[in-house]
Amino acid sequence: MSIAATQKKGVGAFIWEYLTTVDHKKIAHLYLVAGGFFFLLGGLEALIIRIQLISPENDFITAGLYNEMITMHGTTMIFFAAMPILLGLMNAVMPLQIGARDVAFPFINSLGFWLFFFGGVMLNVSWFTGAPDAGWTAYAPLSTTSPGHGVDYYILGLQISGAGTLMGGINFLVTIVNMRAPGMTYMRMPLFTWTTFIASTLILFAFPALTVGLFLLMFDRMFGSAFFDVALGGNSIIWQHLFWIFGHPEVYILILPAFGIFSDIFPTFAKKRLFGYTAMVFATVLIAFLGFMVWAHHMFTVGMGPFANSIFAIATMAIAVPTGIKIFNWLLTLWGGSITINSAMLWSLAFIPSFTIGGMTGIMVAASVADYQYHDTYFVIAHFHYVIVGGVVFGILAALHYWWPKMFGRVLNEFMGKLAFWTFFIGFHLTFFIQHFLGLMGMPRRYWVFLEDQGLDTGNYISTIGAFFMTFGVLVFLYNAIYSWVKGEKAPADPWGGRTLEWAIPSPPPFYNFKQLPLVRGLDPLWIEKTEGNGKMTPAEPLGDIHMPNNSIIPFIMSLGFFIAGFGFIYQTDYNAAYILLFGGMAIALGSMLVRSLKDDHGYHITKEELEREAD
Amino acid sequence: MKGWMGKIKALSLLGFLALILSGCGKENLTALVPKGYGAEVSMDLIILTTVVMLVVFAVVMAIFIFVLIRFRKKKGQEDFIPKQVEGNHTLETVWTVIPILLLIIIAIPTVLATFDLADETEASDSINIDVTGYQFWWHFDYQGEDFQTSQDIYIPVGEKVYFNMLSSDVIHYFWVPSLSGKLDVNPENENTFYIEAYEEGVYWGKCAEFCGPSHSLMDFKVIVVSKEEYEQWVADMKNVDPDEEPESAVAVEGKELFQENNCMGCHAIGSSPVQTGPNLTNFGNRETLAGVEDLDKDTLVKWLLDPEEIKPGNKMTDNYPALNKEDAEKIAEYLLQLKHTDITSESAEN
Repeated sequence: MSIAATQKKGVGAFIWEYLTTVDHKKIAHLYLVAGGFFFLLGGLEALIIRIQLISPENDFITAGLYNEMITMHGTTMIFFAAMPILLGLMNAVMPLQIGARDVAFPFINSLGFWLFFFGGVMLNVSWFTGAPDAGWTAYAPLSTTSPGHGVDYYILGLQISGAGTLMGGINFLVTIVNMRAPGMTYMRMPLFTWTTFIASTLILFAFPALTVGLFLLMFDRMFGSAFFDVALGGNSIIWQHLFWIFGHPEVYILILPAFGIFSDIFPTFAKKRLFGYTAMVFATVLIAFLGFMVWAHHMFTVGMGPFANSIFAIATMAIAVPTGIKIFNWLLTLWGGSITINSAMLWSLAFIPSFTIGGMTGIMVAASVADYQYHDTYFVIAHFHYVIVGGVVFGILAALHYWWPKMFGRVLNEFMGKLAFWTFFIGFHLTFFIQHFLGLMGMPRRYWVFLEDQGLDTGNYISTIGAFFMTFGVLVFLYNAIYSWVKGEKAPADPWGGRTLEWAIPSPPPFYNFKQLPLVRGLDPLWIEKTEGNGKMTPAEPLGDIHMPNNSIIPFIMSLGFFIAGFGFIYQTDYNAAYILLFGGMAIALGSMLVRSLKDDHGYHITKEELEREAD
Repeated sequence: MKGWMGKIKALSLLGFLALILSGCGKENLTALVPKGYGAEVSMDLIILTTVVMLVVFAVVMAIFIFVLIRFRKKKGQEDFIPKQVEGNHTLETVWTVIPILLLIIIAIPTVLATFDLADETEASDSINIDVTGYQFWWHFDYQGEDFQTSQDIYIPVGEKVYFNMLSSDVIHYFWVPSLSGKLDVNPENENTFYIEAYEEGVYWGKCAEFCGPSHSLMDFKVIVVSKEEYEQWVADMKNVDPDEEPESAVAVEGKELFQENNCMGCHAIGSSPVQTGPNLTNFGNRETLAGVEDLDKDTLVKWLLDPEEIKPGNKMTDNYPALNKEDAEKIAEYLLQLKHTDITSESAEN
């Protein structure tokens, strides 16, 4: 279904379709649009932070507002921009790559999105009532003692959206285990599918730690418990452990899918198979495994003692080995190829030097004694922005340019793509490279102002200029996206000479994806058919009826229920009337579950005859 | 071979150029010019890891640039299909083993340094200072000496001085970049580490853990003086008479106002268990006012009238009787003449 066709049905029907959809491709659109919106919000917050720091002792915003700004920037970018955009890409691409008609649980897929969405809205409502101001890491006791309801919004927002993310992760795991097309063995899966699989495993094991931490924080703040209150026998360090047991794997939840994206893009545009496929898969698994063993390197200065510090330092350094393997395998994929450089490829190529710098500084901060100097300074800010922006954001932008035709049936404009790339790329390095030095020169992070005459003026000024370049790049991309929707060139099924299954079906794909499930004969199945067969996938089954799930509004209503209950939880400390919201919201949510459980919904079938009528 | 070496040289040169252009920061603040044992150990490790990593980066970039130039699609060869290489075991082994070796080169000194800096065996024979972090100031209690200070710490040069740190509220970080790396000041589990300064001087200390609105204004100073000057300072600080009458008449009025308004309910002068607010002993010799402002009468009056304007979120605002400007000036006069010793930052700079 093209966008034009849905518009003909009228705006109301269009909105209703998206509210109730269980189609993984439409849920992907929802993730991308909502995640994109939060990305713009987080970017605006970042710009305000940089404007405040353009000159010493600036008073562009107050200290309180600044702390809200940094907290919201971090929380928004990690949980409500990077994660959902990646989940959106996984939704859009992964089922196509394994030759599936949808994810395993379409209803839960929709529920996962709406929980994330309402969690994000919940967090941002706090801008009107007082936003959280304890940093995105919300260290106790600063978070437990922060006045007002800001931190409560943080807790409830993350709790609601976290549940959605967990569902998304489980859904992808089940999908990849059970719904691969005939012949699509594990070791024939494209790397993006592999990294989706591994990242989903990380979600499964890492998010419960966050959930537990948030519950403890919630009880401390709202129901008078004292898990983190030292005076009453609690311990504030426990929060840091819980947070980082989640928080470090979270970094890999973000970066591994980006690795997968590059591993799909390089072979396509170098016209060469991925170098060392098996090593790439096992490097991914190893990174994920080690990712759970290193959380305390965020806590070298907590005072854990030399034994713990040494062990976590060495474990952290070990991660460099599989990461290095990946970098060299990508380079060798390009080696001997026939490289086309377009927007998608520019972002991918720029990733290599940028991320290598981030990885190198990663080793530097892993050296515990050196970290005593880096810790909580702008050096660390520079390090993780090189990883998250240079890795994840570059990956997302590469993926958007690469899969845009498949997802939306339109091609992004190349000139604007390149303009956005160069301004963002230059701005990124301008902003963050200098921050390595600022940190070592004595600028701690989360500083609302820096003092005059401390040698920090020039660096901060350059950094802010860079932020404006990045802003310009983002705006150009945004314009490009809108332009492609309105006037963009129609995309063919396979615009890039693709190698994987998603390029074997029309752009955008029909809502049932594959008329007949394809037979997979090896890694890069489409490439095999192009070079050894007739260029088309061989069907693995005769044409027959396709079973499809019905749309449902229940996920939206259920998430709305939790959203309303969230306000109840927050305000029951002030007003008894808030219990109406709490119980009312929970009633809506639990009632929706009841309806879903009791009411049979068997879906519907697209008949063979209907499929035959559809042109290829 | 020559081409490779050239590239490596060019790149490391570029790195150094960037360093020189950005400068090394302000002396006695920046970690890049270490002047104490901890900072030096960290800096050695920083240099070692940087060099190893620059070598890796140079190799990656050399291959990257070569690939981009050599293997771009050529005109007239649009239909060229490259050989579909699966992999190469020898190469893959090489880039697994070499990084492991490089990491061992980094890991061994890291572990040695970690244990070295955690050594507390000499603590009982050394000067020990108990540090308490408050939103947004620092309290220092010299163990066994029976006096306390706030914001400024005096220590002797060339000696290990141990800091035992605990927070009274949220987590703070004790960081004097030029002298040593940082350590948490937690509400539980006292943390201990030492500073050994190589040179006399006034060093900037900063709170590096996000602790609230005035986190960025929680600076302190470490004033490193000679052993004799330090001993003189300790002797002077132990002999403070809190009731000493000021010389000027205005300051005498200020002292009366200080008592009338019950300022000493929170602020001790001389040795006292009172530490709700900073101890004001030797206030007139402080390096800064409130950690970041110039210590002068106008600023102090401004502080006394509205501390919130200087330090947002501080605990003094609204917790003392409102003052008029005239009274504030008198109190300022009194506080500024509280100079209980001749050992000051000037002694450190000579």
